[in-house]
Amino acid sequence: MAEVIFRTEGITKVYETGDVKVFALAGVDLALYKGELTVLLGPSGSGKSTLLNILGGLDHATDGRVWFEDTELTDMSDRGLTKYRRDHVGFVFQFYNLVPSLTARENVQLVTDVSPDPMPAEEALQLVGLEKRMDHFPSEMSGGEQQRVAIARAIAKRPQILLCDEPTGALDSTTGVQVLEVLRDINERFGTTTVVITHNAEIQRMAHRVIFFQDGKISKTVVNKTQLAPSEIAW
Amino acid sequence: MQAIDQKLLRDFKRLWIQAVAIALILACGVAILLTSVGMYNALSETRDAYYERNRFADVFAHATRAPLSLLSEIEQIDGVLSAEARISGYAILDIAHRTRTAVGHIISLPETSDPVLNVPLVVTGRLPDPASTYEVVVNAPFADAHGFGPGDSFSANLKGQKRELVITGTVLSPEFIYTIGPGALMPDDAAFGIIWMSERAAAAAFDMTGAFNDVSLALSAGMRPEPVTDALDTLLENYGGLGAYGRDIQTSDAFLDAEINQLRGMSMILPPIFFGIAAFLVSMVMSRIIALERSEIGLLKAIGYSNTEICLHYLMLAGLIAVVGVIVGWIAGTVLAQSTAAQYAEFFNFPYVIFRVSYWVYALAGLAGLATTSLGATQAALKAARLAPAIAMQPPAPPRFKRSFIDDAMARMQLTQSSVMILRSLLRWPLRSFLTSLGLALAVASVIAATFINDALDEIVDLAFYQTNRQDAMLLFSDDVPEIAVQDVRNLPGVLQAESQQVHAAILRHGHLSKRTVVESRRPGSDLSRVLDTDGVQLDVPPGGIVLSNRLASHLDVEPGDHLDVEFLTGQRETFSLRVTGLVKIHFGLGAYMDFEAMNILFRQAPRVSTVNITLDENEMDALHAVIKETPRITGIVEMDENRRSFQNTIEENIVVMNSIYIAVAVLITVGVTYNAARIQLSERARELASLRILGFGKGDVSYILIGEMMLIALIAQPFGWAIGAYIAHLMSTSFTSDLYAIPLVLKPATFSLASLVVLGAALGSVMIVRRRLDRLDLVSVMKTRE
Repeated sequence: MAEVIFRTEGITKVYETGDVKVFALAGVDLALYKGELTVLLGPSGSGKSTLLNILGGLDHATDGRVWFEDTELTDMSDRGLTKYRRDHVGFVFQFYNLVPSLTARENVQLVTDVSPDPMPAEEALQLVGLEKRMDHFPSEMSGGEQQRVAIARAIAKRPQILLCDEPTGALDSTTGVQVLEVLRDINERFGTTTVVITHNAEIQRMAHRVIFFQDGKISKTVVNKTQLAPSEIAW
Repeated sequence: MQAIDQKLLRDFKRLWIQAVAIALILACGVAILLTSVGMYNALSETRDAYYERNRFADVFAHATRAPLSLLSEIEQIDGVLSAEARISGYAILDIAHRTRTAVGHIISLPETSDPVLNVPLVVTGRLPDPASTYEVVVNAPFADAHGFGPGDSFSANLKGQKRELVITGTVLSPEFIYTIGPGALMPDDAAFGIIWMSERAAAAAFDMTGAFNDVSLALSAGMRPEPVTDALDTLLENYGGLGAYGRDIQTSDAFLDAEINQLRGMSMILPPIFFGIAAFLVSMVMSRIIALERSEIGLLKAIGYSNTEICLHYLMLAGLIAVVGVIVGWIAGTVLAQSTAAQYAEFFNFPYVIFRVSYWVYALAGLAGLATTSLGATQAALKAARLAPAIAMQPPAPPRFKRSFIDDAMARMQLTQSSVMILRSLLRWPLRSFLTSLGLALAVASVIAATFINDALDEIVDLAFYQTNRQDAMLLFSDDVPEIAVQDVRNLPGVLQAESQQVHAAILRHGHLSKRTVVESRRPGSDLSRVLDTDGVQLDVPPGGIVLSNRLASHLDVEPGDHLDVEFLTGQRETFSLRVTGLVKIHFGLGAYMDFEAMNILFRQAPRVSTVNITLDENEMDALHAVIKETPRITGIVEMDENRRSFQNTIEENIVVMNSIYIAVAVLITVGVTYNAARIQLSERARELASLRILGFGKGDVSYILIGEMMLIALIAQPFGWAIGAYIAHLMSTSFTSDLYAIPLVLKPATFSLASLVVLGAALGSVMIVRRRLDRLDLVSVMKTRE
């Protein structure tokens, strides 16, 4: 059994809007394992993104406890969370979130400049197949290329964990597959624990572990014995 | 209320801080427009009404002694409506409880009728009995300065006869709205008074029975003064006429006119600057709102709102900002104009101030405010109207950046990515960066324009009181006296040094240009009152030559080496051609200087003096004043220290108020510009900055980008601000300069530093307020919202 990298105990997240309380997470107990590629599946509003944000140190749980390895994230200060994100976590979002005034290379350098042990920005871009587009601005690239820059930016710091929120949500299927290929490649090559949120049930077939969400709770967990290559997935 | 109007009000509520920041700048423009136009109107209407009601004369002339029979001839001059002959002269006054002497300007009142021209307005008491030889009325400010009222008395040394005069009333006169004593540089109501007495009493005092030495004329409507002054000069030629002149040279009117012109200048220069900045800010904020509301605009169109309705919707938002600004501006402008009017009434001796800011001024200011904001919002509103609904509902494409030569430079400098982001953003929106910078530059300029006056005044005081006029006092004689009198002056108590000076009124002519002024002469090497060349080195005028002040020379268009005609208005009224041998720098009056001996030779006289410059032993001042009060030939003493103090006090009061206003205005502009620009930056970049936080950048790293860009713009603004400020200071120095005085352009590093400190400080303060929002940025929600 692989080593546990994330552990949560009864975490809840409540959003209060006026008199209405919305339970985004209603008591989640979870363990994620080092080196695995986990897919979180579920309908909109089932709590996937909320969980990912808490794991990534972007948000605090209302109740319950969270650990990253031996470090408890539950009540960590803002400054502590910033350092945690900087040192350990890579994020990939649906809408890329590149800085429009920086070229691909410079977007990656944003991260390599502040990380303790980064890979060169050029190497990260090479890994995602963009070695020829390094000096282009986001406005000069396609969606898939922009997402690959975002992945290069996420992995350049050699993170232990890569958190991806709907990374293919804004892409067509061919481009989406390319992006998934990159994610799998990183996961295999560096053993980076990868969590991918998706609506797309097909993507579960490339995961080591699939966690299903429903109404803020985990409805079931499936461990895949074999994983398909992204190119074998179609949607 | 329609839903879209609800949206309008809620948008306004949401944006209120930005809206208020813009509205206040607009309010400044409206308030200054109201104040300056209002004051200009108030001052010129009050002046016109006062002149008309109290029949202020159009032409004035003085002579040595003219027979009363000449008056009917004067009345016959073509274009003369009425003429009044008077006796006028100066006398040393002895006022109980005042050890220092004061000078009185004595004017006669007609014996048989009420005055026809320059009618004094009785404030308290009554006019003197025409038959009385001791009753007088005095000007109200002089009475106030001494606590005099009807029934009080003081004595005057009238041609050697000390006479006790009893005050029957206090008056104000259109002739003395601004009163300044002979030889003095500033008004001093305690030291200089205007005294009206019956013609009989004045005639006896000045030995003028059956004669006059002062005449005023009213002209028929539309009549130019020049033909009349020429005719009058001819008639007075044989009676020691000193040259007739129109209102433009009459001291009180000239000062008033200079002030009114300044107000007009202010109403033309300042408000457009504020309106311009407000328009720019409205345009910046509106463009941003429209960028943010893209999808809503698409939606509105999709459900059937017309382009016009959408355009109007956004124009009305700008209109709401304008309404707030205009109302605040109206209120502030009314209060400001009223308090300024009160100040003017006090500074200038008006019996009343017709303060009526007409409705059209309010309407004009309001319309200007509305037009400004609409103009600012039009482009953005039209853009909103032109958006095709299908495109509007989609997110906008990311802003385009291109590589340029700057990138190589930045690469060579090995800047951090954050710094690269700052620089690229500046270059990506050059117009916006430029206009933001220009707004801040105007704030810097506003401080410089206000504070340079301090240094200018320091230089005026230094040059006038410490470099050129180093005497403690000037003694004035009623007529020129033989130079031997200087010896007598030396024997007066407390007098340490005494030097001769001769002064003659003259008209200087060069081609078609002419100027009326006085020509002064002193003995070479004079130590007390000195003539300094433009480098500050003492200059002795060579015999046969004349030295002019810079302003006089440029007015006459002469340079050293040129010849000009000097027509002396004293003596035989002879004209001489003199060579300009040098130029000097002075700030008060239009100086012209000759050699003492050369002047005596021109006048074919043994050396005579008009004034004696003296230095004094402080401890013997009381004794000196006691003697002067008893010395008939001395008509006045001008104490330089008093003058300097009066000058500095008057100026200081105004300067402190003016500086505070301008600094407040600069801070307001800076806050308005910086706060709005930073808010827009934050709104545009929230997503970008949140991404950086997620990537592990600390709050400090992220705010560096926001603060860095704003402060870089503020820094870039500094040299432009200095240049604009220096230019405005130059304009002010030129426009404030009249024949009466000049404001030199003195720009010291401290002035620039202060301006930069004020603006950079205010900019940092504003951007720090926005930074607090950045710190509170909710990372998760920002990342979730799609632009």
